[in-house]
Amino acid sequence: MEHVLTYMTFIPVAGMVVVLLLPGKSPNLVRWVSAAFTVPPLLMACWLYANFDPTKPGLQFVEKASWIPAYNIQYFVGVDGLSISMVFLTALLCFLCIFASWGIDKGVKGYFALFLLLDAGMMGVFVALDFFLFFIFWEVMLLPMYFLIGIWGGPRREYAAIKFFLYTLFGSGLMLLAILALYFASDPHTFDMPVLMSQASKFGTQTLSIWPFNQWGWGFQHVVWMALFIGFAIKIPAFPFHTWLPDAHVEAPTAISVILAGILLKMGTYGILRINFPMLPVATADLAFWFLGALGAWNIIYGALCAMAQKDLKKLVAYSSVSHMGYVMLGMATFTTQGINGAVLQMFNHGTITGMLFLLVGVIYDRAHHRDIDGFGGLAAIMPIYTGVTALAFFASMGLPGLSGFISEVLVLLGSWQKFPVLAIIGASGVILTAGYLLWTIQRVYLGPLNEKYKSLPDINGREMFTLVPLGAIVILVGVYPNVVLDLLRASLDQINQIVLPHLHS
Amino acid sequence: MDLKNLESLSFFYPELILSGTILLLIALDLLVRSQRTLATLVVIGCVASLLATFDLYSAQQGWLFHRMIILDNFSLFFKIFALVAAILTVWMSLGSNEIRRVHQGEYYTLLLTCTLGIFFMASASNLLTAYLSLELVSLTSYVLTGFLPHNRRSSEAALKYLIYGGVASGTMIYGMSWIYGMTGSLDYAAIQSALAQPQVSRVALFMAFVFILAGFGYKMVFVPFHMWSPDVYEGAPTPFTAFLSVASNAAGAAIMIRFFFPGVSHMVTGGDWTFVSGIEWPQLLLFVSMITMTVGNLCALNQRNLKRMLAYSGIAHAGYMLMGLAVLNNDGLQAILFYVVVYLIMNLGAFLVVVMIANATGNEEIDSYRGLAWRGAVLPAACLAVFLFSLTGLPPFAGFVGKFLLFAAVINEGGTFVFLAVVAILNSVISLYYYAKIVKIMFLDTPDPGEKSLTIAGHNFTLLIPLTALTIVLGVYFSPLVYYTSQSLRFFMK
Repeated sequence: MEHVLTYMTFIPVAGMVVVLLLPGKSPNLVRWVSAAFTVPPLLMACWLYANFDPTKPGLQFVEKASWIPAYNIQYFVGVDGLSISMVFLTALLCFLCIFASWGIDKGVKGYFALFLLLDAGMMGVFVALDFFLFFIFWEVMLLPMYFLIGIWGGPRREYAAIKFFLYTLFGSGLMLLAILALYFASDPHTFDMPVLMSQASKFGTQTLSIWPFNQWGWGFQHVVWMALFIGFAIKIPAFPFHTWLPDAHVEAPTAISVILAGILLKMGTYGILRINFPMLPVATADLAFWFLGALGAWNIIYGALCAMAQKDLKKLVAYSSVSHMGYVMLGMATFTTQGINGAVLQMFNHGTITGMLFLLVGVIYDRAHHRDIDGFGGLAAIMPIYTGVTALAFFASMGLPGLSGFISEVLVLLGSWQKFPVLAIIGASGVILTAGYLLWTIQRVYLGPLNEKYKSLPDINGREMFTLVPLGAIVILVGVYPNVVLDLLRASLDQINQIVLPHLHS
Repeated sequence: MDLKNLESLSFFYPELILSGTILLLIALDLLVRSQRTLATLVVIGCVASLLATFDLYSAQQGWLFHRMIILDNFSLFFKIFALVAAILTVWMSLGSNEIRRVHQGEYYTLLLTCTLGIFFMASASNLLTAYLSLELVSLTSYVLTGFLPHNRRSSEAALKYLIYGGVASGTMIYGMSWIYGMTGSLDYAAIQSALAQPQVSRVALFMAFVFILAGFGYKMVFVPFHMWSPDVYEGAPTPFTAFLSVASNAAGAAIMIRFFFPGVSHMVTGGDWTFVSGIEWPQLLLFVSMITMTVGNLCALNQRNLKRMLAYSGIAHAGYMLMGLAVLNNDGLQAILFYVVVYLIMNLGAFLVVVMIANATGNEEIDSYRGLAWRGAVLPAACLAVFLFSLTGLPPFAGFVGKFLLFAAVINEGGTFVFLAVVAILNSVISLYYYAKIVKIMFLDTPDPGEKSLTIAGHNFTLLIPLTALTIVLGVYFSPLVYYTSQSLRFFMK
């Protein structure tokens, strides 16, 4: 198992090739083969979890090889506490989403081939430790995503797909410039992330021409920080770069919405923690502390208010993502142990909870062929199991104690209370808004008199339960015993935190 | 070395072979009518010339024919480039219905003559050879553009091309006459030493350079000398458009690099160049580069004809390549060389798909690509998508690496060039919109109910598959090409 991370990344690529070579006439064969290619990464992720040493802060399972020596580009992968939870989440959600995609019947081969490529790209982003490699994976993800939304999506799919593509490409373009700037600032020039971190002190605040903020002591680091941050903020998505998200989510097929919310959004915050924080600590201390926290708090409130106004169930869940990612930003900005651990735990929890929510929306959409919140009513009477699972996911999302969302939100709020109480209060009031829109939704969709039109809807089926149960189990497990995840994170996050803390002014 | 006429001949085999092939072709055309025979002869001639060119890598570098042309790695690079482009174009022409209707012998003769012109453009070391070679390429291009008989657009394009070309080369030779007046020489090396004298008026020199830039810029297609390109691209037979878009553009870059870098600039240590003192040349190029890429991309947004769109995208790409010239260092030049190779692969590939689809549907309108993937042409559509995304600069395709190297050169330069890089990034985003629009039309749109399934002839796949594979392979593993381009940056200077 020396090359476990490589296998995890490239087995889906092999799967893509195999799927493309299969005869197109038997869609079920394509589905089962695709599912088979997502099993090994999941098993390896479990093995990784079992063999990961959480007491060590550094990188583990490292693989390194020279790739393009002329530019000192390496094939360099590894995991630490920050990425391992994301790697596990990716492997799990990709496996489950294959089953959530069972109903796709147009261009089955193309769909699953692209899905597997997407899987590889996402895995690659979380394990890559060479900046060039990271960027390649980051961009490789875009192409399948564009096609998956654009071909298999809803009525406005073309608009949503190109909007997603353009936003992300703009962000990654700035990121590319920042990567090059760091490359040329390092000595010897390198894309190696740990080396760049160790040289963080070198990237000074030297003044730049045509840059208006030199007199604030904002120089090279700050410019690079902002370029990277915009790239990542678009992915999170942080206000005001979030407008692609509701469109993409609403138009994407169910499984792709799950992937989008569960994994892609995490890449934004992951990137900030992996790159901005340890590589540019001075700028992080200057820019992230208040700015990122305030942006997070604003995201929480803004997302929740938008969610409250939605009539489309899927759009509601999409905006709730904007809101919940706000907690991640708020937690990261505190630079306290609780806050930063809570933030990463929230990334993991949001992946599982929102994954469930999108799957549940997909279940009802497959039956009723619409998602209008006011168009249902009294579903609890005919779909009791479905309603029960939905209630679990909703309660987890609003942070009910005993479920995973509670732990991470409390940690974030505990952290932010120590540094900026005002933002903590705003963030906490977001919980109330969340409860507001979720309970109101439960009331409109599941309770009340049964809408006669839907009295013959079948309850949730076995395949759908199969995709939901693992996520539900994780939600309860993490809610009761959060250390299964927190133990992994602590050492690595402390290390990142220690890099930034000395530069904080307050 | 500095060789006389007869001594030079032994270093002149590639050109001689090519000229011989041209003469043979004219004679053979009178005897045989088969397209395949003629094309085979052309390919054999090109391959022989290619082998002779490779052989020259072991030869000593220097001046030939009384310092008229130069033999060095840089010129060999572009000779090989032109030959490869010519071979691929011939291959593509064989599979094109458009070409089947024209006079084969003349077509291939002119194509090879154009290639020969590019040889001289890359190796000119005297303003006279520079001008003559540029005209040789231009004149053959005019004829080839208007080569489609009874086609109004083709004739119109040729006429426009001729008029624009006439004005541009007239301006250029006027500028050259100023240089001659100020320095008393047409020889690059002599000009360089004469320009070092402070008494040469900088204002006049700047004007002369700008005039010369008009000629070079019209070959490399940058703003404001780009007006001819959309009409010519649209009107010319598609395989020749493909050749024009890559080879003529690269030749423009070659002649420009040769004149402005080893010609008039001085090399300092570490691969940096200093331009003639007192002239803000990088600033001018930086400005032209920004304008060029922006104009190209914005105009491409609303095109309805795929060839026209690719013309504007070509303008944008010329703008990207100019970034490498503006930074005045070897990194930038190397990025340009890398870019022309990558651009050759992906742009020829895109035009190849245009040929394939035009064979089946009879036109190049973007509308006729609607739902292509669902009309029995999923492989050409997928390949075109790869080429278009590569042109956008997305990894893991070769176009990304090309842009990456250009950006690297620009960012390394720092200062105001960072602004150029930001403009280029914004331009990449704009370009994604129109490239993705084609992909959208091919894949995301469903075909009109009445549309029949297309039948795609097999011949073109023999070229399409390797080009696609190369686009992906070069995007993932580009070490050999990086090495080759860095070796090709050896200029012969006295």
